[in-house]
Amino acid sequence: MIYDKVIVRYGDLVMKGRNRNQFEKRMQQQIKRALKSFAALTYAKSFGRMTISLNGESFEPIAERLKDVFGIISFSPVIQAENELENIQAAALQVMKGLEKEPATFKVNAKRAWKPFAHSSQEMNHLVGSHVLRAFADLKVDVRKPEVELRVDTYEEGTFVYNSVIPGAGGFPFGSNGKAMLLLSGGIDSPVAGWMAMRKGLELEAVHFHSYPFTSDQAKEKVIDLARRLSYYAGAPLKLHLVPFTDIQTRLVQAKQDSMMITLMRRAMLRITEQLAVRSGAGGIVTGESLGQVASQTLSSMNVIGRATVLPLLKPLIMMDKQEIINEAVRIGTFETSILPYEDCCTLFLPKSPTTNPNLNVVERAESYISELEQMLLEAVERTEVMELTPEAQPEEEPAGEDRWF
Amino acid sequence: MLYFDHCASTPPYAEVADTFAEVMKAHYANPSSIHRAGVEADKLITRSRSVLAEQFGVKPEEWLFTSGGTESNNLAVKGAARQFRSRGNHLITTQIEHSSVNDAFRQLEQEGFRVTYLPVSSTGHVDLKQLKASITDETILISIMHVNNEVGSIQPIEKIGRLLSEYPRILFHVDAVQSIGKLPVKLKEWRIDLLSGSAHKLRGPKGVGYLYVREGLQLQPLQSGGSQERGMRAGTQNVPGIVASAKALRMSMQAEEKNRSRMYALRERLLRQVADIPQLVLNGSEDAAVMAPHIVHFSYPGMKPEVIVHMMEEQGAIISTKSACSSKDNKPSKVLLAMGAAPERAAGGIRISFGDEHTEQDIDKLVVMLSKTVAQLKPLERSKS
Repeated sequence: MIYDKVIVRYGDLVMKGRNRNQFEKRMQQQIKRALKSFAALTYAKSFGRMTISLNGESFEPIAERLKDVFGIISFSPVIQAENELENIQAAALQVMKGLEKEPATFKVNAKRAWKPFAHSSQEMNHLVGSHVLRAFADLKVDVRKPEVELRVDTYEEGTFVYNSVIPGAGGFPFGSNGKAMLLLSGGIDSPVAGWMAMRKGLELEAVHFHSYPFTSDQAKEKVIDLARRLSYYAGAPLKLHLVPFTDIQTRLVQAKQDSMMITLMRRAMLRITEQLAVRSGAGGIVTGESLGQVASQTLSSMNVIGRATVLPLLKPLIMMDKQEIINEAVRIGTFETSILPYEDCCTLFLPKSPTTNPNLNVVERAESYISELEQMLLEAVERTEVMELTPEAQPEEEPAGEDRWF
Repeated sequence: MLYFDHCASTPPYAEVADTFAEVMKAHYANPSSIHRAGVEADKLITRSRSVLAEQFGVKPEEWLFTSGGTESNNLAVKGAARQFRSRGNHLITTQIEHSSVNDAFRQLEQEGFRVTYLPVSSTGHVDLKQLKASITDETILISIMHVNNEVGSIQPIEKIGRLLSEYPRILFHVDAVQSIGKLPVKLKEWRIDLLSGSAHKLRGPKGVGYLYVREGLQLQPLQSGGSQERGMRAGTQNVPGIVASAKALRMSMQAEEKNRSRMYALRERLLRQVADIPQLVLNGSEDAAVMAPHIVHFSYPGMKPEVIVHMMEEQGAIISTKSACSSKDNKPSKVLLAMGAAPERAAGGIRISFGDEHTEQDIDKLVVMLSKTVAQLKPLERSKS
């Protein structure tokens, strides 16, 4: 490994002034949190970027982690040279010699951000380029489609020489855009919605409704696994609210409104989530709905269901196709868990023909007949269990059997 | 009673027997059931798997539990050959394998496979050059035992593995029933794809076999049914047996290094004294490095070995003939014949196999009984024809 530093760019932001400051601070905090397990790293920040000194840590696992940190535009492993031409030329040779395969063509792309430096960008292109050419007999310059683009960025603190720019996850740093509740079912969609919401800087708390014994403990475990995965992207522990939904669900079934069952359930869920949101100081609800995917996700269903809450409903997947969502789920590593065959409480009690076009008046009337509903919702909120999850799976609470047996 | 038949079966560790009984009483639920009791039982199996994995430095999922060494061998050999039939039609094994391997290959021959049975030297060892020469483009599986169950010869598994690293397509199965807990056994280092073991050979309970199936490898199951053991071995798992077997394996492998040198010393002591009984001819190599520490095998040419076994038993020592199957027509041992022994020597095999519980005094007592037996039998020797 020839590189000794990593430059992380989160920079040319639209934000200005105080917002920008806060944003940068949060970004730096998120990067440090994500790389906490690499103890040797040291950090230096400057305007719109951060320089990480590897101090012997290897770059690859750090790159893997950085790719998933929201708010990063791109990053590069670099050699930092002092702002002296000879040093920069030597670093350029070092980068070129460190390439896995010797390229046939290259070009130098120099950028002088620190104007007091003696040579302009143009001059640097020439000065560094010719030095490299002298060292490699078969190498040619190609300014249009070079195999290797050698970057030479001169800043006040030094010149960074490198050849690869790795794209980051983009978006905003985690938590820089407020907090929302995420309805996390255990299916394919909701984790993806959560990822997209977090990418835009939302801090999330997940809410899951379980109906033991109609749903199994494995269904709950599955949601816990998904929440752990999301907490990896958050770079922070993630709260998971586990709401006991059995009583409400069985009461709704007894209302004998088969076709409206899903509508009634979803409204109850939103009401409970709204109360949890108030307690957590969250200002919105994120769901994994995608227009037209199932009966409850038609426009008119969403209209009737959405009226159960006054909080903004954020639906990042709303205009995506199922296959696009699956691709995202695979990419963020939630798909395999999501397809485990444990029923969640929505597939349970699924009516044969759920309505795609519920009538708000009829739904409200049906709810008004269940006089104890408000009380039940409140109880569910009270009995909600909160877990704080980190990416690492906790070791099993109790080892199986007696130690003396093994 | 002095028990000298560890190759056939071993006395279980007391802790292993206790474990078996406790687990049997406490965890009778079916490990495939979805209720808590079932999940608990399943967790015990998972933990047992990780005990094995830890001892061998592999992943827990790479270990399957079967009903014993015979099933492990059958599943490995037939399961691999049938699964990978489309890759090629040629299989290689040796002439001295345990019957569960040998007969599995005979069955595969019936199914149209071509099988090479490698010969062995007079000391009971396969030759690497011969092995290499018998490999063809069609070869898909090579199965070679680690320690021979009759004479105790150690096959050069590490060297074979090194040779096979040039043939990534060929699967390598090792029957390690007689070697786990007696000798070092390395899976990754020796490029082993499949490895069989048996719990009751290493002071565990009967009814449990171990089978290592390298990650990514799928075997065609032998029996139809549920999807236990990664779908490769249908049937409700033997929970108490599996937990007890994991414990036995851990205990015997952890004691292996210490026991090995002690057992080699006992073996040496026995050999030295048996050398004074001219009627008894040692089978295998003089070089202890290529022989297992717990087996001594010799022949009394011309003498029916069953007679010796019974006379020894009357005096209070249990030893054995070539194997449990004693045929009326006094069939000579296939292993000894493969080693080039004359029929009368091959028919007169006596095996003494011992364990970590034996002492020097036990060995000395055994030799006294042996000399006495031979002295009684000497006048009855058949004339050498």
